[in-house]
This record gives sequence, structure tokens and C-alpha cells, in this order.
Amino acid sequence: MKTPLRMPRAAVAALTVVALTACGSGSGSSSDGTVTLSFLMGNDQSTVDTTKALANAFTQANPKIKIKPEVIAGGSEGDNIVKTRLSTGDMADVFWYNPGSLLQALNPGQTMVDLTGDPVLKNVKKDYLPVVTQGGKVYGVPAAAAAGGGILYNRKVYERLGLKPPTTWAEFMANNDKVKAAGVTPVITTFKDTWTSQVMVLADYYNVQAAVPTFAQDYTAGKTKFATTPAAVAGFQHLAEIHAKGYMNKGFGSATNEQGLKMLIEGKGAHYAMLSLTLPPQLASYPQAATDVGFFGIPGNDPAKHGATVWEPPALYIAKTTKHLDEAKKFLAFVASPAGTAAVTKAVPPSGPYRVEGATLPANALQVAKDLQAYLDRRATTPALEFLSPVKGPSLEQITVAVGSGLTQPVDGAAQYDKDVAKQAKQLGLPGWG
Amino acid sequence: MTVKVAKQAKQAADRQVTGEQAAGRPASRGGRRHGSYPYALYAPAAAVYLVIFLVPTVMAFYFSLTRWTLFDSTFVGLDNFRDFLSEQNLRIGFQNTIVYAVVTSGLKVVLGMGLGVLLTGSLRSRGFLRSVVFFPVLVSTVAVGITFSMLLKPDTGLVDRTLGLAGIDGRDWLGDATTALLSVALVDVWKGVGLATVIYIAGIVSIPRSYYEAVMVDGGSAWHRFRHVTLPLSWPATYSVIVLSFIGGLRTFDLIWTMTRGGPGFTSDTIASIIYKQYQAGFYGLSTAGNVLLFIVVTALVVPLTYVLGKRQVVL
Amino acid sequence: MSLMSRNRMSRGRMHPMRRFKRFAAELLALTVATVVFLVPFAFMLLTAVKNEEQATDLDFAWPAEWRIVQNFTEVIQARDHVLLRAYINSTILTVASVTLIVIFAAMAAFVLQRRQGKLSSAANFLVLTGLIIPPAIVPTIWLLQKLGLFKTLPGLTLVEVAYGLPYAVLLFRAFIAAIPREMDEAAMIDGCGGFRLFFQVIFPLLRPVTVTVILTSSVAVFNDFVNPLYFLPGDDNATVQVTLYNFQSQYNTQWNLLFMDIVLITVPPLLVFVFFNRKIVTGMTAGALKG
Repeated sequence: MKTPLRMPRAAVAALTVVALTACGSGSGSSSDGTVTLSFLMGNDQSTVDTTKALANAFTQANPKIKIKPEVIAGGSEGDNIVKTRLSTGDMADVFWYNPGSLLQALNPGQTMVDLTGDPVLKNVKKDYLPVVTQGGKVYGVPAAAAAGGGILYNRKVYERLGLKPPTTWAEFMANNDKVKAAGVTPVITTFKDTWTSQVMVLADYYNVQAAVPTFAQDYTAGKTKFATTPAAVAGFQHLAEIHAKGYMNKGFGSATNEQGLKMLIEGKGAHYAMLSLTLPPQLASYPQAATDVGFFGIPGNDPAKHGATVWEPPALYIAKTTKHLDEAKKFLAFVASPAGTAAVTKAVPPSGPYRVEGATLPANALQVAKDLQAYLDRRATTPALEFLSPVKGPSLEQITVAVGSGLTQPVDGAAQYDKDVAKQAKQLGLPGWG
Repeated sequence: MTVKVAKQAKQAADRQVTGEQAAGRPASRGGRRHGSYPYALYAPAAAVYLVIFLVPTVMAFYFSLTRWTLFDSTFVGLDNFRDFLSEQNLRIGFQNTIVYAVVTSGLKVVLGMGLGVLLTGSLRSRGFLRSVVFFPVLVSTVAVGITFSMLLKPDTGLVDRTLGLAGIDGRDWLGDATTALLSVALVDVWKGVGLATVIYIAGIVSIPRSYYEAVMVDGGSAWHRFRHVTLPLSWPATYSVIVLSFIGGLRTFDLIWTMTRGGPGFTSDTIASIIYKQYQAGFYGLSTAGNVLLFIVVTALVVPLTYVLGKRQVVL
Repeated sequence: MSLMSRNRMSRGRMHPMRRFKRFAAELLALTVATVVFLVPFAFMLLTAVKNEEQATDLDFAWPAEWRIVQNFTEVIQARDHVLLRAYINSTILTVASVTLIVIFAAMAAFVLQRRQGKLSSAANFLVLTGLIIPPAIVPTIWLLQKLGLFKTLPGLTLVEVAYGLPYAVLLFRAFIAAIPREMDEAAMIDGCGGFRLFFQVIFPLLRPVTVTVILTSSVAVFNDFVNPLYFLPGDDNATVQVTLYNFQSQYNTQWNLLFMDIVLITVPPLLVFVFFNRKIVTGMTAGALKG
């Protein structure tokens, strides 16, 4: 009976080996001329899958450059890690981060490599550049496909009930009535994941700018407010209206995004105000998500002015502290090329168009991507407000939950958000907000 | 019958009091005494604490007077304090903080003491029960938060299912503004009561047996034993549990953050979760100012509390 | 409590009715404790072995498919076996930090309780301060960088020690107050002072509370989630709690794997606890003052 004693020792030996081999790999160059680039990204599945696909395809073409991914938390926790590591000079060579309003908080001028006029940007679509530009300098390249923000709907339910995608809010509410009468949840609501609650307001931006074309500039300058712009209050009113009519699923207060998507795909709910990029990770479990779920922009009041709000893809940036600038640039150039997007498409089916010249949607693209492309072809899209203005209050998601749960009146919610925005602008030291 | 116990307790108390007095008397046998308690024993703790905690904290206090982006900071005086105090949901956060701290520390004291007495008693299964009660302490807050969010889900969650069997309509415990905060507080108690119990067990077994024996000889009931021996003599444990769990309750946010994120809306926000939100939004100066204010609030509540509790300890 | 008050502690000579009552009371305590404290664990275990789709339901249903081995291997193998490295790191971190916390805190608490004066008042205040003020992350990182300790296990250990000290000092101090000064005086008469007085006379008397401090600090360090995230970033340096992030993200969560990970990082400490439970209890009782 000596064996039980030997087991743990073998296990310890095995563990030691694992530990030793694991410690050997840092960022740097080794004697055979191979360079290892460290690459930091958030932890959600499509980000991880996308980066893996990019890294593999790139290393195949450039065997001397290895990519070592480092996965951190996503969401705002991840924001803080990125900021901390940039400010303490401890960033990976290349990192994945949002474009638009969040970029400016990273102080790109001090922390990132300026790519303005660099051949790296050769294939990047010109209309993408503004969202990765700060103080007239360009810092990033698009790393994935763009996404649509609006209503994801179950096409099977629509077919069964003989409904048509609405082009006005009134039509949308009429559809909801019929859906409810058929015993299906009209509007899936998932307030446990608070961020999902703000889509109804943020994705309504197409309608805001259709009514007030100068909203983004005036809002950035502090000259206009949500509460005093009827078109901007509409998003908050929509939330309140849906709650008042009882269109939400039972237990909406503690439902999660994932449960919401499941309800939508299985046809237990008809509509879900959501970003199309949440769909691809569901394909593994629910292949029917590719065909059964469609997309339309949040309807406004004028059917002639119906359009959709677009979320620009996240970007890759190079940290100023990198010791492998040439290799990092080579990698970014690959990511922002048709070969790069082709590699991504194989791993994560795009839920919208790419922002790279020459990149195409595959023939078997997701239905939501096709629907979004139709809006783009009609030139009836606008980027979301957070890509046009650095001003974005951090508490919007709590406010929209409160409005959507009937705890706060829509106008009060909009006013609260204005205060929240003023605080953020002040903390960022934006001109005109004192 | 309790005369003897009381006498003994009195003696113990006297011993303590003389001890305190002797220490308070500056010159008497001074050199010898102080030599027995050299400040050098402070040194290792002080060194680590000073360098790793105090210095950064003082630096942070400076940043509370600045607009701080991590990359640079601009001196703005007391602006951050004014902004934090005018934060829209601070009042509700303040109320919630007090409610949460009182409910959790109160329940931890009562349940912890009860379990402590029970598990130092003669129950045959006490070894098993001691482990079971302590299990939740071993699980990380994140894991507890996730698990209970699931058990408390409306309709399909285990709690509502069980209530359903009893014919009671469940509810959306965490998604409903009226129940969210208290639900989290109860989970906090579930997780923390094992710790309070262990502190009580350590306190109760430290009580000299002779006191109990004295009550036995006099034929005192269990209630008497508890009332006149266990309760007063486990005071160090009570003191520790109250202070630790009250402070813990006042600055709590991790469980609230995993379970409700301060929601729905702002209804279960506490001061600490409001501060954390500023931090998450990247308003580092503002969140540091919030921390300074929280520190003042907690100190204002805890210092009088420890003073009152500490006084009782000497009187015994 | 009410159970206790209704029952005499003395054994033997028990009336059958009383014995029955006693048995019923014990049964009740067992049932309540099991339901309240163990059912959530059952939920974790069940979810950990479900398949991905069923796990998403997050209800208390029986698993449709028992994927014990698959989920287990998947979690162990995730990201180059990060969980195993995390185990090694967490173990070293916990043992080192807790040892330092116990020794440093007990020493400080002893002087703090026995010797009054300006320095002790200041120390008292600092202990409270440490309990109250949340740590300042970024300045601490700067400082650790200056000391060359950032992103190192010793650095994180010092951080855990600094953050764990106030709690431990408070516990020790409260219990040292219960040790009669006569003990010290007797020792002093024997010519025993300072460090010897503390380590040879006082520290052994602190067994019950030392066990408590070891227990609470190891739990706090082992379960710490935030500090490793900031002071020891990177997959190579992961600690166990940080691995929870591997299966949870903003857009989707693999619940079965997340719970398998929770189970895997919770069960070992649980086993250690159960294994040492006897020792812990005897440790607590053995040191008790036999006044």
C-alpha cells in the first residue's frame, strides 16, 4: 500500500513542469530571431476567437513573429485595467480597445503610437478614421465587423403572425399588440445586465439626428440637452411606454442578456433592443440564429426617414512602450486587410459590414448582417452618438433601468442623464462645461 | 445562587481595572514595565503598513483635490467634494448604507452568538455543524453572488419554487426595488455568519470553566448560565463582531455589485457602490473624494461606537 | 439558543421524554443547517456538470446530461492550464501572507493593548483607519514599481499583509485584553520581558484567536479577487479567483464551466478545512484559559 504516497509526488512533479514551462514565455525576442508580440484583449468569446484567428493567420504568413494573447476582464473593469496599465507604462505591445468616446480617456497622445499617414492605414475605410482619431492624429485600425444597434426580431414569429418590420413607432407598437395577443413576449427586457437597457435610447440616435441634424456638435459643446430636445427624450419615452403597456417579459428585472437572446432565438419573445454583435456567440448552441433573427432600426415617427444606428468596430492600438514597433505595425496592417477580415470571418461570422476596403460579407452572412447592409446601401445609417462625441454619461444604464421599470418618469430620466453628462464632461475637462 | 458567579466576575473585572489603572499610572515601575512591552514589537507591522498602505493613501488624498485621469492631474480644490455631495442618488445611497450595516451586523451578532453557544454545547453533531456553518465563508464573494442571483431568480429560482410549493407567490427579489437591498443583506449574513460564529466559539471557549461550574453548583438554569456568564464574558467576541461587521457593512460593495449593481435603477446603491461607479467611469479624483467622505462618515459612526463598546469592556 | 435554554447541559440521568426532545432538537438543527447552508452548494455542483444549454437555464433541475469529465477537463485545460498555475500561486501567496499577518499582528496587538500612550493611540487610530479606508490602487502600483516589486509575488504578498493587518490586530487586541496582566507580571518576576515574554508566555495563550485569524486571513487572501487583478496581472501570474473571468464576459457566459471553476476553486479549501477541522477546534479549546 505504498502507491497512494507516490501519487501526490508525481502530481507535484507534473505541476512543477507545468509551472516551469509556463514561466519561460515572456514578450521579447529570442536567439533565432523570432519576435513575440504581446496582445491584450477583453475576455468575451468573440473577441478571443477573433484575436486567435487573426494571430494564427498572421503567424502563418510571418513565421518569425509570434502573437501571445493576454486576456483581461471586459466591460468597465477592463477599462480600468487598460488605463492603469497604460498610465504605469506596463501595457502589452498591441491592445484591443473601443473607439469613440472611450478612446479619449486613454490619453492617446501620451500613450499610443501615432499612425497618421502610415501605410498601416492603407486599407482602412476613410469614414472609420474619425472614431480612432484624437487631436488630429490617428491611432488605431478596425479589428472586427461593425454592428447594428436597434431591434433584433424573430422572423418566424413575424411570419406566423403575418407581421411586417415596422418603419414607425406606432406600427411597432401595433405589432407588439398582436404579438402579445398571440401569447408571445413582445419586447424582451433584461435589466440584470444593466447595459442592455440603454440600447433603446442609444440606438434611437438615428431618429434624433434626423430631427436635429446638429445635435452631436451642439451636445458636445454643451449647447443642447437631452431633456430639452423632444427627439432625444423619445428614447426614454419608448422605455416607459413599453413598461406601461406590460410588453416586457416576466422577471425582466433579473433577466440577463443571454437569457434574452435565448428567448428571442427560440421565439418566446418577438423583439429585443440589442446590438447585432451579440448574436454570433450564440451560433454554436443555436445555429438557427443565423436565419431566424432579423434586424431593423428603432422606428421613429416619419416612415420616409427610417434608418438605423451603427456601432463602429473596436480597434487595435499600439502602446508607445512597445519594443517591437515594426512587427506591431506589420500585424496591424494585416488585421486591416482583406486577408485579415477573411481570417476573422472564418472564426466569427460577422454581424455587420467590415470597415476595410475590399473586405466582403460572405454569401451565407447572418440575416442581421444582410438587414444592416440594406440600410447601409440606402445610406440610411449614422454612427451612434458615442462615436461622434466624447461626451457620454456613465450612469445612463441605471437611469434607463429606472425609467424602464417605471421608477422614474421619462423626462426626469432625461434630465438626470443631462446632469450625469455634465459631470463627465467636467471630469474630462472638456471646453464649454466649466 | 449567582452570588458566587457574580463575585468571581467582579474579581475578574477588578483585576482588569487594576491592570488598566496600573498602565495609566505613568511613573510607577515605569521603566521596567515599558521595557516589557517594547515598541520594537510594532516595527514589522508598522513598516509594511506604512509603506504599502499609508503612503499611497496619503498620495490618494492629494488626488482627491484634483481632476485626475491617471495620466495627469489638475488641481481643482474642493470641487470634487462638492460634486460628490451633489451626486443625484447620494441620499438614497446613504440611507441604504446605514440600513445595510445595521441589518447585517445585528443579525451576525444575534445568529453568531446563538450558533456559537449551540456549537460549544453538547450537540452530538456539532463537529459537522461547525464545518457546515463555516463553509460559506470559504467561498469567494463573486461565487456567492452569482449563485444566489440564480437561486433568487423569479419563478424558476429555487426560492420562488419552494415558496410556490407552500402556495406563496414568489417575487423578483433582486429585480424589485422594494426587496433588492434586503435580499443582498441576507445573503451577506449567510456568507458572514460563519465567521461571527467562529469568533464567538473562540470567545466562549476562552471563558474559564470555573464560572460555569459555580453556576452548576448553585443549580442555575441554562438561561442563567447564558445570561450571567456567557453573555458578559464573551464580550470581546461581541465587540469584535460588531465592530468588524458594522464597518464591513458600511463600506460594502462587492456583494451588492455582483448581485444588483446598485439596481434596479439606483435603489440598492450604497455609498461605496456610488464611489465604485465613479471609479469605473474613470473619474479617479471624484471617486477618491468620495472615499475621503466615506472615511469621515464611517469614522463619525464607528469611533463613538467603539468608545461605548470599549467602555463596557472595562466595566464588564 | 432557545434549543440550548430548554435543555440541560448535564449528561446522564435523562428522562426519556427529555431525551426525545433533545433528539428532536438536534434533528431540527441538522435539517435547518443542511438546507440553509448546503443547498446552495448542491446548486453549484449540479450546474457544474450540466451541458452548456441546460446550464443557461440556471434552475435547480436535475442534469439532463452528466458532463463531469468533459467540463472538468475543459476547465483545467482552458488557457494553457492556467488553473494549475493559479493554484500554485495562490497557495504560495496565502501561506506567506498569513504567516506574516499572524506574527506581525499579534506582536503589534500585544503592545497596543498593554502599553498606553500617544504612540498607541496613534496606532489604534491607524488600525481603525485601515479597516475603514479603501486602498488606493494606482499610487500603490507606482510605489511598488519604484520598489521593483510590481508584478511579483512578494509584492502582492506585502499588499495582502498590509491590507490584512488591521483586521487581525483588532481581533488579537480584543482577546489579549482577556489575558490577565498577572500573567505578564508573573513572567516578569521570572525575568522574562519583551520579546521573550511575548513569544514564550503570551503567544501560546492566544491559540484560539490565532486559529481564528489564520482561518479568516487565509480565506480573505485566497478568495481575494481585486488585488491580484491589479498588482499581479497576466496569465502566468494568475491566482485562482481571477480564473473566474475565463468563463464569464459581458456578452456571454459559459455557466456550466463557470460553476465547474467555482467548484474546483472552492472544494480544495473546503477539504482542507474539513480535514483540519478537528485540529482547529482542539486548537481553539486547548489554548483556552483554565481560570
